[in-house]
Amino acid sequence: MQTTATLTQEHPVDASRVGRPIDVVSLYPKDMNIYGDWGNVLTVERRLVLYGYEPVMHYYNQGDPWPEQVDMVLGGGGQDSGQKKITDDLFKRADTLRALAEADVPMLMICGLYQLFGEYFETIDGSRLDGINIFGVYTEGREKRMIGNLVERSDRFGDVVGYENHSGQTFLRSGVEPFGLVAHDGTGNNGEDHTEGARVHNVIGTYMHGSLLPKNPKVSDFLISAAAEHRYGRFEPEQSQDQRAALEALDQFAANARRVAAARPR
Amino acid sequence: MGESLPVDYERDAARPTQDALGSEQARGGIAGSESRADSAAGSITDSVTDPLAGSTVGLATKASSDTDGTATPKRPWRAFATPAIGKAVRGALRVTRHGGSALPGRVAEWFDPGFLARTLDSLPYGVILVSGTNGKTTTTRMIASMLQNLGLKVFTNPTGSNFTRGVVSALLSEVSMSGRLDADIAVLELDEAYAVHFVRQVKPRYSVLLNVMRDQLDRFGEIDNTARLLSRVAAATTGTVVLNREDRRIAALAGVVSKGTRVRYFGLSDDLRKLFPTDDAMHSTGQDAGDDHRTADEPRPVGQQDKASRSAGENLSANGSAVPESPVHADVILTHVDDHVAKFAMDNAEFTATVQLEGMYNLFNAAAALAVVRAVTEVIPTADTSLPHARDARLMRALSYVTPAFGRGEVIEVNGAPVELLLVKNPMGFRMSLASFPPDGHRTMIAINDEYADGRDMSWLWDVDFTSLREGGVDMISGVRAWDMALRLEYDQVRVTRTDTDLPEAVRCFVGSAPGVPKHIYCTYTAMLAVRAELAKVAEVSDAGVGR
Repeated sequence: MQTTATLTQEHPVDASRVGRPIDVVSLYPKDMNIYGDWGNVLTVERRLVLYGYEPVMHYYNQGDPWPEQVDMVLGGGGQDSGQKKITDDLFKRADTLRALAEADVPMLMICGLYQLFGEYFETIDGSRLDGINIFGVYTEGREKRMIGNLVERSDRFGDVVGYENHSGQTFLRSGVEPFGLVAHDGTGNNGEDHTEGARVHNVIGTYMHGSLLPKNPKVSDFLISAAAEHRYGRFEPEQSQDQRAALEALDQFAANARRVAAARPR
Repeated sequence: MGESLPVDYERDAARPTQDALGSEQARGGIAGSESRADSAAGSITDSVTDPLAGSTVGLATKASSDTDGTATPKRPWRAFATPAIGKAVRGALRVTRHGGSALPGRVAEWFDPGFLARTLDSLPYGVILVSGTNGKTTTTRMIASMLQNLGLKVFTNPTGSNFTRGVVSALLSEVSMSGRLDADIAVLELDEAYAVHFVRQVKPRYSVLLNVMRDQLDRFGEIDNTARLLSRVAAATTGTVVLNREDRRIAALAGVVSKGTRVRYFGLSDDLRKLFPTDDAMHSTGQDAGDDHRTADEPRPVGQQDKASRSAGENLSANGSAVPESPVHADVILTHVDDHVAKFAMDNAEFTATVQLEGMYNLFNAAAALAVVRAVTEVIPTADTSLPHARDARLMRALSYVTPAFGRGEVIEVNGAPVELLLVKNPMGFRMSLASFPPDGHRTMIAINDEYADGRDMSWLWDVDFTSLREGGVDMISGVRAWDMALRLEYDQVRVTRTDTDLPEAVRCFVGSAPGVPKHIYCTYTAMLAVRAELAKVAEVSDAGVGR
């Protein structure tokens, strides 16, 4: 990728550093981290190690200095109060985040931050809160909460298994690619158009908790390989026998957990 | 913004869905405590003789029943039949070996909607309502036990049947055919959403609000919303509201109590606070966990002066601003925890209690129980309680008699080794259990189900830190969602010996292994029922009233 090459020159790899660092930002872990979204951070960190990279984790909360190097950004859901607390800071970082998205830095935004990465959110009482416009989506607060186990189908990732829990209903502008498609009314972005989540560049927005990444290794590995490409131009696992075995064990457990989850009541 | 909370939980609570009814059967189906195998649901325990004091404390006079101003609902003409019909339904269920406790209540609610309020409003000392995410059952048990020890006749739902209908069912089994409840006071634990439904029918004289944590968020949405549900309970309480000073969402509820209702706090001493992380501190990253806890979650209840101008919702979202610098005074402060020993500061004196309860978080629940019992004793005219310190010393003795509730550190002897059953319902509870029951010298099993009563969402497992199990590993994982648990542990690099979704088989295999070695079994609610049923085949398991 062209942008990757440029950025790599700006941040040349220091050969003297042990391993191959990948810098991962966990966005607002204090306030935007509900329903186990922590599992996504843990999964990326562990899998980077097992692929022979050195994860450098940045837990970025409002007011903190922004890390110099960013190869991946992970954000979670929050409560009303948490979202209010981070809004000012998110706007301060909006240009940076948009530039990173343009530069194909992979990001995963769950629920609350998915909404804030869109155009706006209109609450049930009609007040409008702006987002940072990375996704061409907007969200409206509704009475009915969409809650339950969910399997969505994605061309790129196959079946994505998770658990949705949101009352905001999100609508995609025409031409915006959903993260996946759902089979049933009353599920997904808005309960109507059978889309779930959104995707632009390497940025995924979704309502899927569960946690998402542990049970969906294909999504995890997409984020990891995109991060490696952003940092080093390509994704090249360097694994010991033990690391390969550990990764296989994780993926076997994930396959079993997915099979059970997909068969459970909503 | 995003997750604004438009869901009308009250409506949900008022009209329990089929799902909720099903869960009522599951959650409320446990009836009678271990020691009261004869009781179906709820129990009135007769006045007991204090084995140490050697005297039964009688009630010379009873408080007037109309002090709280709650209007007693009018008796419908057919109310005379309610006890008989309810009892008949219960009897039929028992004959057909149907374990559920909610159906008789359902029938009575339909036949005589005023039954609950009419029956409870007749109690001379009113109703104590206990709610919050964690610790309801044990706290209720402690309060009831201490009040009995003080000589009161107590009606309670000591069994986790914390839905309104479970209470009605329990009442039905205890009222006389004329509809009279022979008790002085009721101690009721209610699930947060059902507590709102309940207080619209019955105004509690006392409420004890323990904590708000992430529990089954698929039912309640968000913890701020759960706090909002509890604010309805605080606002409906007519006598005394007892609040957890250390939980900022609970402490903020002081702002919503009615004029004339008193607020009392229970709390922790400064050095204990770090042992009891709050929900907000749960997600702080490893390196700053301590700091985050101290700075973000220090007790900052809003002052009483705020209450006229603020709603709970405003208080909840206005964290940080307009809060006093120093913690408010707490009536009961837990100052020291040790192995089955706790110290409490009350009225500038320190008291020590030895307890049979397991787990340090139950000692903090004991502070909550003490605070409300002290408030109740202020209106009981007995010589024994006239001197505050004598009363508190007596409460310490009463506390020492309280035994663990079902699944809260219950120990069952199997093949000569203790098997400790630990109920886990939410991330903070799981964390506290792991911290309270060190794995050294024990074999560990974890059983995770995802039925409605357990919570369908498995996300919560990712909010628990399992690294304390890394050294010894986990010997068995089971339950419907065993593979979710196995995946979770693998990411924490905890060695798992075996995973088997067949729970009875897994239990047999686990307790049959390593003879003589003590064992821990962590289970979700319905997994706990299945584990107990299986253990009952090979060991002495007290009857929890759920059928085996």
